[in-house]
Amino acid sequence: MISPRRIAAVLKKELLQLRRDRMTFAMVIMIPLIQLLLFGYAINTNLRHVPVALVDESRTELSRTLAQIVQATQVVTITEELTTSQEAERAITESRVRAALIIPRDVSQRLARSPSVGLGLADTTDQTSSRPVAHWIVDGSDTMVASAIKSLRTMPLTELLKQAPNRQVPTFEVTLYFNPEQRSAVNIVPGLVGVILTMTMILFTSAAIVRERERGNMEMLINTPIKSIELMIGKIIPYIFLGLIQVAIILGLGHVLFDVPINGGLGTLLVVTLLFIIASLSLGLVISTLAQNQLQSMQMTIFVLLPSILMSGFMFPFDGMPQPVQMIAQILPATHFMDMIRGVVLRDASLYELRWGILWMIGFAAFGLLAATLRFKKRLG
Amino acid sequence: MSDIVVSTQDLTRRFGENTAVNNLDLEIRTGQIYGFLGPNGCGKTTTMRMLTGLLTPSSGAISVLGRSMPEAAEPLKNEIGYMTQIFSYYRDLTVLENLRFAADIYGIPAKSAAGRIDELLHTYDLTANVHQLSGSMSGGQRQKLALAATVLHRPKLLFLDEPTSAVDPETRRTFWEQLFDLVDQGATMIVSTHFMDEAERCHRLAILQHGVKKADGSPRQLMDDLQADVVEVEGPDLRKVKHALVGQPKILSTAQVGSRLRVLVDKSEPQPVEMLRGQLAAFPDLSLTPQRPNLEDVFVSATRGPEQ
Repeated sequence: MISPRRIAAVLKKELLQLRRDRMTFAMVIMIPLIQLLLFGYAINTNLRHVPVALVDESRTELSRTLAQIVQATQVVTITEELTTSQEAERAITESRVRAALIIPRDVSQRLARSPSVGLGLADTTDQTSSRPVAHWIVDGSDTMVASAIKSLRTMPLTELLKQAPNRQVPTFEVTLYFNPEQRSAVNIVPGLVGVILTMTMILFTSAAIVRERERGNMEMLINTPIKSIELMIGKIIPYIFLGLIQVAIILGLGHVLFDVPINGGLGTLLVVTLLFIIASLSLGLVISTLAQNQLQSMQMTIFVLLPSILMSGFMFPFDGMPQPVQMIAQILPATHFMDMIRGVVLRDASLYELRWGILWMIGFAAFGLLAATLRFKKRLG
Repeated sequence: MSDIVVSTQDLTRRFGENTAVNNLDLEIRTGQIYGFLGPNGCGKTTTMRMLTGLLTPSSGAISVLGRSMPEAAEPLKNEIGYMTQIFSYYRDLTVLENLRFAADIYGIPAKSAAGRIDELLHTYDLTANVHQLSGSMSGGQRQKLALAATVLHRPKLLFLDEPTSAVDPETRRTFWEQLFDLVDQGATMIVSTHFMDEAERCHRLAILQHGVKKADGSPRQLMDDLQADVVEVEGPDLRKVKHALVGQPKILSTAQVGSRLRVLVDKSEPQPVEMLRGQLAAFPDLSLTPQRPNLEDVFVSATRGPEQ
C-alpha cells in the first residue's frame, strides 16, 4: 500500500530543503530568464549585414551604383575595398570578411546584355550574353552565410538603369502561416522551454537523489518503512512545480519581450508541458539510480542534453536530418516536445492533433518511473 | 515465546574474493545490549546490514524477532531502529523538522507524534535546539538527535553502528545511560564498537576479526576465561625490555601503558612472573607484578596472530 502520508513527508522535506537552498532556487529562476534573453536576442537565422569586401576593377559610376544597391539589400555590408581578387581571397582566409564581390572591368557591357535588366530576351545559350554581371567569392564553409549570399544571385538590377522593375510573376504563391514576419524568436522561444526543462528537470532530480546517497541519508531511509515509489513521487512533485514556474517565465517573458504569440489554449499547454516535465523527471530518476555521485549525474545529464538541443529540432530542422538520426532523436522526449509546444503555442493545435506525441510521452514517463523504481532497491547488495 | 531476538547460523557474506563475514553463529537474547567488538573492517557493519536485511547473505540463515531475513526485512522495518555510523538525518533541517519527518515516515499518528517528540526532546536534552539546523549542532547533539529519531517509533530491536565514535567521553557516558534506560523499557540492542570502555558496558560481546567470531560472552566471563596471565613490568629502559621480550616463547603480547609494560603470558606457563624474571635477567631494576586481565587483554589475546 502506498502511503500518502509518507509521500507528503518527503514532499514537505524537499520543500524545506529547497527553501534553504537559495542557490538552487536562484538557478530555477535565473536559468530560464538569462537563457531567454540571450537566445531570444542572439539567435537569428535571418542573416543580415554579412561583412564582405569589394574588388572594383571597373571603377565606374555604374560599378559604384551596383555596389550600393547590393549593400542596400542589407544582406551584406562592405567593410573593405581591395584592388585584386588575390587580396580578396586572402581577406576571406584571414576571416576579415565572409565573401568578396568582384566587379569586372567590362561590367557595363555585361550589364547591357544581362537578362536581369530586362532590355530584351536574352539567349541563354549565347556565351557572351549569358555571362553574369559580377562575381562573388564566398567562404562556403558556413552554409547559412553561403545561402544568404546565394540569395543575391538573381537580384533584379533594373534600378541600375533607372527603370521601373519588371513585374515578376512568381512560379508559386507562398503563404507563411504562424510566423509571417519570419522572426527567429517565434520559433526559438517555445523551443527554449524544451531545452531548459530538459536541462533543469533531469539535473535536479538526478542530483537530488544522488545527493541523499552521498550525504548518507539513503542509509537511514532504506532502514525505514518508506517504499521506493513513495520516495520517488515525493521527490519529483516539487520539481514539477519548479518546471511550471520556468515555463511561465519563458513563455510570459517571450510574449512580452519578443512578442511570441500564445495561440493555443492554456489547458492544452499545461497538459503538454506537464507530460514533458514528468517524462524528464522520470529520466532524471533513472539517471539517479545509475550515477554514483553528483558529478556523474551531471555528466549523464549533459549526455542527454546535447542531443536534446542539437537533434530535437530546436536548432536545426528535424526534417533535414537523415532517417537513422531522426529515429534516434525520436527517443528523446525533447524531440516530441519541440513539435508539441510549437504546435500549441504557435499553431493552436488541439490535444487530439498532438495525440501521438502525448501517447509517446506518457509511455516514456511510465517506463522511466517503472525502470527507476525497479532499479532503486532498498538493499545495498 | 522464546526470548531469543536474533539468531544466525553459518552466516557468511562474500564480496568477490573477500569474505567479510565467515560462518558466524549468533544468539542474542531479549533485553540485552550485545556488542560487536573488532577493528575496522572486521565485519561489524556487514553483519549489522545483513541482520537488518540491507545485505543478502551469501549463505547461512538469519532469524530476527522470530522472522527470517532478508525476506521479512520490509515488515520488520517498523520494529527495528538503525542508527548509522555517520549522522544520516538531514543537516539542512532543524531538530524538530527531522523528528517530524521520522514520525511521518513511521506513520505515527499526528496526535501522539507531537507528544512523543516532546518527550524525546526532553529525554535527550534537545529542547533548546528545537529550531536549530542539525548541521550546525555539535557532534554530541547530532548523535542525541539521531538516537531520538531512531527510537521515535519505539523499536523492539535497535542497531547502533559505532554510535559514539565522534563524541567526547562525557557525552559517551550520558549516551550509554540513555541506552540502559531504553533497555529498561524493553528494547534489545546490538552495538558495534572499537572502544574497549564501550564494549565493557555491554551485557554480552562478540569479538570479531576478519569476519570470524573469536570470542563470545559477557565481558566479565571473557576476562575470567582469558587464556593468559597478565604481568606488569615497571622500571627503566622499557622499550629495550619490550624488544627483549618480542618473539620469546609463551609471550603473547607486550604493550607499553604509560610507565609500565603490560605483558600477556600464555596460560600454559605455571609461573609467569618467575619465567619473565628469568627472561629479563639482563634488566635487574625491574619490578614485576601480576594483574587482573582487562577487556583489552582479552581483545589482544583473541585477535592475536594469523586467522585460525
